[in-house]
Amino acid sequence: MTPRTATTAPADLSAPTSPPAEPPTWTGQPVRRVEDPAILRGWGTFVGDVAARDATCLYAAFVRSPVAAGRIRSITAPPGVRLITATDLAGVRPIAPELKRPDYVRVEMPVLATDVVRFVGEPVALVLAESAALAEDALDSVAVDIEPTPAVLDAAAAVRPDSPLVHDAAFPGDPNTTVDARLTTPGFDAALQSAATVVELEVSCGRQSAMPMEARASHAAVDRGTGRVTLHTATQMPHVVRTGICDCLDLDEDLFRVVAPDVGGAFGAKMSLAREDVALVFLARRLRRNIAWIETREENFLAAWHSREQRYQLTAAFTEDGVLTALGADIVADVGAYSCYPVTFGVEPLMAFAELPGPYTIAEYSVRSRAVLSNKCPIAPYRGVSRPVQTLATERIMDVAARRLGLDPVTIRQRNLVATFPHTTPTGLVLDQASHQEALVEAARQVDLPGFRERQAAARAEGRWLGIGFSCFAERTGYGTPAFAARSMAITPGYERVNMSMDPSGGVVLRIGASPHGQGLRTSLAQLVADKLGLRPEEIRVVHGDTDATPYGWGSFGSRAMVIAGGASSRAADTLRQRLIDIAADQLECAPEDVDLREGQATVRGTGIGRPIKQLARLAHHNSHLLPAGELPSLEVSATYDPGGTFSNACHVAEVEVDELTGAVQITRFLVVEDAGLLVNPAIVDGQVHGGVVQGIANALYEELLYDDRGILVTTSLMDYLPPTLAETPDIEIIHLASVSDATLTGAKGVGEGGTIGAPAAVLNAVSDALSPLGIELTHLPATPSRVRTAIRTAQARLSSEGALR
Amino acid sequence: MTATVPLRLLVNGERHDISVEPRRTLADALREDCQLTGTHLGCEHGVCGACTVLLDGQPARACLIFAVQCEGVSIRTVEGLSADDENLHPVQQAFWDHHGLQCGFCTPGFLMLAAGTLEEDPERSDEELRDILSSNLCRCTGYQNILAATRAAAAQMRP
Ligand code: FES
Ligand code: FES
Repeated sequence: MTPRTATTAPADLSAPTSPPAEPPTWTGQPVRRVEDPAILRGWGTFVGDVAARDATCLYAAFVRSPVAAGRIRSITAPPGVRLITATDLAGVRPIAPELKRPDYVRVEMPVLATDVVRFVGEPVALVLAESAALAEDALDSVAVDIEPTPAVLDAAAAVRPDSPLVHDAAFPGDPNTTVDARLTTPGFDAALQSAATVVELEVSCGRQSAMPMEARASHAAVDRGTGRVTLHTATQMPHVVRTGICDCLDLDEDLFRVVAPDVGGAFGAKMSLAREDVALVFLARRLRRNIAWIETREENFLAAWHSREQRYQLTAAFTEDGVLTALGADIVADVGAYSCYPVTFGVEPLMAFAELPGPYTIAEYSVRSRAVLSNKCPIAPYRGVSRPVQTLATERIMDVAARRLGLDPVTIRQRNLVATFPHTTPTGLVLDQASHQEALVEAARQVDLPGFRERQAAARAEGRWLGIGFSCFAERTGYGTPAFAARSMAITPGYERVNMSMDPSGGVVLRIGASPHGQGLRTSLAQLVADKLGLRPEEIRVVHGDTDATPYGWGSFGSRAMVIAGGASSRAADTLRQRLIDIAADQLECAPEDVDLREGQATVRGTGIGRPIKQLARLAHHNSHLLPAGELPSLEVSATYDPGGTFSNACHVAEVEVDELTGAVQITRFLVVEDAGLLVNPAIVDGQVHGGVVQGIANALYEELLYDDRGILVTTSLMDYLPPTLAETPDIEIIHLASVSDATLTGAKGVGEGGTIGAPAAVLNAVSDALSPLGIELTHLPATPSRVRTAIRTAQARLSSEGALR
Repeated sequence: MTATVPLRLLVNGERHDISVEPRRTLADALREDCQLTGTHLGCEHGVCGACTVLLDGQPARACLIFAVQCEGVSIRTVEGLSADDENLHPVQQAFWDHHGLQCGFCTPGFLMLAAGTLEEDPERSDEELRDILSSNLCRCTGYQNILAATRAAAAQMRP
């Protein structure tokens, strides 16, 4: 796939220049973040703060369905309560994301449930009051009468012919099946038949919440004069929110502004259009009142998107030497009751479909991957999307096969990891230059596998259970329009666009369509641009998250911002740099090639002669008649970048000790050897790895959203849903490798999701390794103490009954 | 339940004469009545610690205490951590230097927890620091740099 790039600028200047020859001053440095001082002082602006500073706003609270499936009989409230139901929203279109695939079944999500409710927590009405507390009081007074109907709570049952339907839709295949993707390579059956050994395994994952520390929050403010609404909302994609809401309300986009101020974490959970936001904007316009909605933690668990629930039935054919020749997978993702906008409920199964072979040279592949509806909270992307489970699948297969073939976990992986690039996978993805083999070898060297085996044996002799687990993966990052187009998305994200200008004082403003939520993108982009322009990062002001102030863009998700917005920023900076150089060359009467931009000066190389860049900026604005012929006044450029994508890679290693009595797992060491290409800000990269790994450990051992047999969510507080604290968190060691890949403009690969992708498999492999004398292979996430304990007890009972028989 | 009672809060050395419902939490009173929005709410049920403030020097969950219980108590929030707008408190400085925050939503809570702890006793052992920092939740940082920053601040604050 060739990257698609475009730069707009005065026509004669559109060719990019080569980057400065000298080593960069800022790129590659752990520069302290420009974002931090305000937040450290408590001067940040999160959406809740916008609401707290607005004494006039009404507060909305949503009435939510207490049953998983049913027909609404009535919704009533005492006099004086401002109750809004679906009837009041007549004319508002439902949210109905689309995939242009023959197997895709389109389902609609009304802004408020109309006649039917489809999951516990679904909004059926809302109340408005003068304060959040009064809104909560009003909520308590609303009576909802719903006639329960049979609920679909299990994906395996949902596809049976006699299953109730979550939606009355025409399902071309099995009931409740909304995506059904299939592929089998021609040599698959033959490879399976000629295998020395075939590993069959089922792996699965429970539901997880992305659980950003800031739950969702929105504040719709209306300009009474014009009726124009500004929505401050905690989102990862403000422009897409604007489009989505305008589509629902049949509104021109210029009549509506979306602002994502400081966003308190998101991890994917804030990249889907919230039906609550549509209601808020509609009512603000209708009532000409400002309205805020601050989601509670309980609501966040109930209704703010779930993720991960999926099951893989796997068949893996190996040669005697441990070469994986064919991989078969039947994948079922329980996607809940609705499709998320814009990426749809195809996101998990289709990513699993395309990317399961991972970093391995698997020649033959057969896959069926389905999205199946249920009466549960809809799924949406969460850091890693299906890849934590994909990686669990391939990495558990490797370890099971290794045990069977008498190989160690490093050797079997070495025999299967991709080593030559570019490598085309069975689904046509192209792995660019990376270091899969090198990362594994370095990880094995660091942890001293033979030494660990000795310690493990000694511990076992004392009745202690130590284990080690490896996990290798390729993390697809920074993919643009071509990748999303391959997924047949009606709304096809991908490119990023930036506008860059230098004002008369020499200050640079970079306006980006991407919209970070804690990643420090302002700092990283400023570092890249500062190097190109010979300025300091603090002289580059990055503006994001405001649809009135930034070019249309797709936001921050899929480990894309540094690659794509970074590439576009780099492009724009190249163009601006060239313009400054041309102006300077004209002023200094030298050739442009001889001009360098450094430390705020445009200088003639090898001489002390130069001009401050500030002076050039003033000249371009205030004395434009002195500019070289053909040079336009002012200093504004735009650039777009839309790459095909790149793959970061990593090898994670976990060492654990399992408590036989309680089933508790303690992680005693965690190592990450990762390769994200060029690191623009290594401190920020390490932070992404740290946070990702701990979310992966959470997925491995602790966090699970649980429904009871009536479809009622029972994990609705932080007393039931258990994110790790520091006490459960090991020290995380990181080693960086840096492949040089030409798949991205800057050489940077994305890094946002890797930690989350690799850690669950490393931990489950380690726990299974620890318990291997009992023949235990753990395959379900999370491996909570009770599950581990049950596995131990069952295995011990089996072994002792086998012993008794002998 | 809308009757309000007059209340005088002492926050960061300044008097705030406000009028609140008896059921109003300290967190809401700080954020809305005192307009000090640096104190964040992550759960409102006492687990996450995002709302941590200092009450007479002791870290406390502002979502679990009523504002009316805090009359006569010296309240310190993140806005009052540094002595002035020019300088940062050693804990703030250390979080900046060690990349101890990402989205920053949990940060005020961790800063107050660390500051309260270290101002009381900067000689705490590493084990104690780990233990104390496990009171609060952060979803972004994986805690590595929060611990590193707190250790650095402790070193700075030791006499
Ligand atoms: S908001 Fe107070 S502990 Fe979470
Ligand atoms: S920095 Fe985001 S929750 Fe801690």
